Amino acid sequence: MSLELAVAAGVTAGTVLLFAAIGELFAERAGVINLGVQGMMFVGALVGFRVGLQTGDAWVGILLAMLAGGALALLHGIVSIHLQADQIVSGLALTFLGTGVALVLGEGLASAGSGALLPVYSVPLLSDIPILGPAFFTNQSVLVYVGYLLVPIASFWIFHTRPGLHLRAVGEQPAAADALGINVYRVRYAYVIAGGALAGLAGATQSLAVVPGWHADKTFIAQGWIAVALVIFGQWKPGRTMIGAYLVAFISRLALDLQAPRDIFGLENPFFYYQPSTFFLNMLPFGLVILVLIVAAREANRKRIGAPAALGLPYVRGERGR
Amino acid sequence: MPRRHLLPVRIVAERRLEAPRGLGLLTTLGGIVVALVISGVLIAVIGGDPIGSYAHILRASLGSSGVLSDTLVKATPLIFTGLASSIAFRMRLWNIGTEGQLLMGAWGASAVVLFGLLPAGTSPFITLPLMMLAGFGVGALWAGVAGWLKARLNVNEIITTLMLFWIAQRWIQYWVFGPWSEGGFQMSPRFPREAWLPRLTDFASAVPDLGGLTVHLGFVLALVAAGLIWFLLSRTRKGYEIRLIGDNPRAARYAGIDIGRNIILVMLISGGLAGLAGASEISGVVHRLQDNFSPGYGFTGIIVAFLARFNPIGVVVAGIAFGALILAGREIQPAGIPAMIQGIILFCVIASDVFLRYRVRLEAR
Repeated sequence: MSLELAVAAGVTAGTVLLFAAIGELFAERAGVINLGVQGMMFVGALVGFRVGLQTGDAWVGILLAMLAGGALALLHGIVSIHLQADQIVSGLALTFLGTGVALVLGEGLASAGSGALLPVYSVPLLSDIPILGPAFFTNQSVLVYVGYLLVPIASFWIFHTRPGLHLRAVGEQPAAADALGINVYRVRYAYVIAGGALAGLAGATQSLAVVPGWHADKTFIAQGWIAVALVIFGQWKPGRTMIGAYLVAFISRLALDLQAPRDIFGLENPFFYYQPSTFFLNMLPFGLVILVLIVAAREANRKRIGAPAALGLPYVRGERGR
Repeated sequence: MPRRHLLPVRIVAERRLEAPRGLGLLTTLGGIVVALVISGVLIAVIGGDPIGSYAHILRASLGSSGVLSDTLVKATPLIFTGLASSIAFRMRLWNIGTEGQLLMGAWGASAVVLFGLLPAGTSPFITLPLMMLAGFGVGALWAGVAGWLKARLNVNEIITTLMLFWIAQRWIQYWVFGPWSEGGFQMSPRFPREAWLPRLTDFASAVPDLGGLTVHLGFVLALVAAGLIWFLLSRTRKGYEIRLIGDNPRAARYAGIDIGRNIILVMLISGGLAGLAGASEISGVVHRLQDNFSPGYGFTGIIVAFLARFNPIGVVVAGIAFGALILAGREIQPAGIPAMIQGIILFCVIASDVFLRYRVRLEAR
């Protein structure tokens, strides 16, 4: 197992985290936490796989998975934006609901094989670069390249366009944004739904490209929650979020790869000879997420940067915020 | 041209200054009814029989003294985890990973038995309290890590408690696949009798009617815990601080309350309660440590806490109701239905809160 291949596998798996985290980033920039990412990903994975299987066209599956993710996010939007329910609880409810619905609709699908697949490409010229080429630009799913494009586009959108300015205003100072004539409710709904669509895309990426097939409750372990953590690590910026996504996915992948060889650098591999010790390897990604959050928190405390100021607070026209 | 409207009536919402007494219970019950109707429609849409399913749940959970006892067995860990969530959520401290603290509590209680620290035949009056204490302590420490990170560095406790859950799951797997494995199976050896919490059926030789009733002492412990948490929250200075931080952290800070200390303290109590859920479950029901012994008692405890509006006495009622759902839900197919119903109930209950904040009425146009 070469390092390039390990990185390539990490990038593929990291694309799932990337889509979900960028979606959450958009919603949180608008001031709405959506902890239902995992639920929306489950539904996206199920819908993408099932529609892909029935139509034979993975792209139709992806489109419907995004619609399904957006529809679930709309539910969260109604409950938390208009009915002013606690965003954290509403998101938790969405995770329960989405996971349950996906398991109900996916009953019996686990034996359906891998279904429709997405094409895999190598980029001419770029794939010839030593180390970087094989890791990032060789035999990657088309969705991985979509991920490469999404990050600069999202970053440009948020920081260099007028709608992006409105988005940040709504997340930081909704009352001031409202006074300037920005429709706070409309902006929040738009980005919450867009975030849900990206979570749906993340789900479909898993079931159509990364681990093709429907694996019931084993489709995702913690990816939706890790995506939420990556937004915090990324300080609500797409670029940093992407680095986190690939890093966590790479370490998760490494934990799997380290269990295979009989010896490492000429030494007996304890994870090969004593199976139970592999459970410690499997703890690595979760420990890494905690570590990454500690690093991010220390940096945030030092530089006095933080979440969008209105994150988690419902906006009520004509009332002072809490 | 006059504006045309979709509805002949207008929905008017006025902010309430204070919700009338008892309205909270009413809206919660209303939310549950709406949730059950929505779930029923969904079950019918996927080709199931909603009335039959609900009737089955009632019959299979409350239909006889035997199944009622089984319901209380399932309710026991839910009351503990519901209390664990309630005390944390009351302070708006989001300990979502009670499932992990439950697992670590079960590990702590198992360690008392499986490390062989106590000689064989030790009195249960020594063994059982030690197991419960270890369960509380290890669960408390596990949550305490997240509490300390939150208090000192402001690290998001939702993520850390959840990550610690997945780590705890693998920790349990290591012990039951490795050092504590019985003959290569994924479970520890069975505990000796002195490590079993007494069950009603254990007294069947004296009172024959109790035969087969598996409800155990853990249920009584859960009720005691509910009483203690109620007292702590509503009758002590500490409880007042916790409630004030939850309602208005800024006011609490101006009042000189040390928020960081309270975060750590509440996390320790919350994790300890969740740890007791795990300890009482393996000592009272499973009688050994094994992988997957909890069907998500920690996560369901979150919903129990919200249904009870963080009221410890309400947690007992909601815990029994969800114990019934978990007991009867085992046989309902497809397997995702109980999770789906739980999600819908939670959605409807928090959505119905709008009636607590607003007086909503319809006006003719």
